[in-house]
Amino acid sequence: MAESITVDARGLSCPQPVVETKKAIERSACSEIYVLVDTMTSVMNVSRYAKCQGWTAQYDKMPEGGFKITLRK
Amino acid sequence: MFQALNRALMSRKGPILTGIAVGILAPLLTFWGNPGNMGICVACFTRDIAGALGLHRGAVVQYIRPELAGFILGSFISSLIYREYKPRTGSSPIVRFFLGFFAMIGALVFLGCPWRAYIRLSAGDLNAIPGILGLTVGVAIGISFLWRGFSLGRNYPAKKPLGYIMPLAAITLIAFVLLRPSFGPEGSSAIFFSEKGPGSMAAPVALSLAAGLLIGWLAQRSRFCTVGALRDLIMFKDFHLFNGIIAFVIAAFVTNLLLGQFKLGFEGQPIAHTNVLWNALGMVLSGLAFTLAGGCPGRQFIMSGEGDGDAAVFILGMLFGAATAHNFSLASSGTGPGAFGPAATIIGIMFCLSVGFLMREKI
Repeated sequence: MAESITVDARGLSCPQPVVETKKAIERSACSEIYVLVDTMTSVMNVSRYAKCQGWTAQYDKMPEGGFKITLRK
Repeated sequence: MFQALNRALMSRKGPILTGIAVGILAPLLTFWGNPGNMGICVACFTRDIAGALGLHRGAVVQYIRPELAGFILGSFISSLIYREYKPRTGSSPIVRFFLGFFAMIGALVFLGCPWRAYIRLSAGDLNAIPGILGLTVGVAIGISFLWRGFSLGRNYPAKKPLGYIMPLAAITLIAFVLLRPSFGPEGSSAIFFSEKGPGSMAAPVALSLAAGLLIGWLAQRSRFCTVGALRDLIMFKDFHLFNGIIAFVIAAFVTNLLLGQFKLGFEGQPIAHTNVLWNALGMVLSGLAFTLAGGCPGRQFIMSGEGDGDAAVFILGMLFGAATAHNFSLASSGTGPGAFGPAATIIGIMFCLSVGFLMREKI
C-alpha cells in the first residue's frame, strides 16, 4: 500500500475538488494525501473539509502554478 | 484596515460580512429607485441589459444595470490586487452556455434569481417560499449527479488578455448607461431605455455602480454564493457559505422593515405571481442548472471578473436565455406564467437531467 496518494483536482469546478478529496479520504488507508488545485478558493474549500474530518491541511505554491495541499491524518 | 478587512473576508466571517452588505444594499437600492424587491437581481438585471441592447423587445424591461458591470469590475480589481486573477477556460463552454440559457428561463418563470428569491422572502413576499423550496430541490438533484461523478471537465490556464474581455464589456455597458447613445432612429434602435415598468425604475447610476463594485469586491474575497451555500450545506453539512445567506436574509429583513418596504403576504407583491407550481418548478430548473455549472449567477459574474472564460460563456447564455424568454413568451408576469413558460421549463429540466446523466467522469 502506498504511503501517500495524489488527487489532481486542477481545473475542476466547485465542488468537485472537495468531492474528489472526500473520496480519497474515504477510500484510501493512507495517512497522507496530496491534493493539487489551481485556485485559492479550492485551497480553502478542500482544507476546510479536511479539517472537519480531523485531518491537518497545509498548502504550498507550486512552481508551475497552482497549489499543492498536504493533508495528514 | 484593508488588510484586517481582507483577513476577515477570507475567514469564516467572510460570507457573513458579504451577506450583511448585500442585505443592506439591496433594499436600499430599491429605496433609491430600483424596482420593488429588485434592489439586486442578477437574472432580472441581465434580462434588462438584453432588452436595452435590443436583444428582446419587452418594452418595460430595458435598462443597462450598472450593478452587474460593478460586479465584474469589483471582482476584476480585487482579483488583480490579491493575485487571484487567473484567466482560464475550456470546461465544456457550449454546455455551460445552455446551462446559463435554461437557468435564466427558469429564473424568469419564477421572476428572480436566487438572490432575489431571498430578497423577496426578506420583504414578506411569501411566493418566494415555493421558489426557495424549488431551488433546494434543484440543487439536491444537481448534488446527486455530483456524487455520481458528474463533471464538465477541467478548465486550463489561458493567456492573460482572455480575462480582460468581460471587464471591457462591463466598461462598455457603463459608457452606454452614462452616454445613452442611440444607434439609429429614436425609439427603434438600441440603446433602449424603458419609459415605464420595472425597466424605468432605477437608482442613480453612481449609487448602483458603487454598490455593484463593493459587492463584486466582497464576493470575490469571500466566495459568496447563494447556490453553493445550499449545496455545501446538503453535501458536506458545511455552514460556511450558508451563514452568509442567513446574514443576508436577516439584514435584508431588518433594512426592509426600517425602510417601510416589508409587506407580508402572497397577493399584490411587486413583480411576482402567485402560481405555486411554476414558482417552484422554475427554480428547480434554475437550481439544477446553477449547481451543474458550479455556482449561482452572482458567482458566475464574480468568476468572470477573475478571468474565468467559462463563467463568461455561462453569462452570455443567460443573456441569450433572457432574450429568448421575452421573444418567445416564456417569461412570467405579475399575472402568472407566460404562455410557453411551463413547456420551456420542462424542456430545460430535461436538458439539465440529460447533461447530469451523460456528462460523467469514468471512475
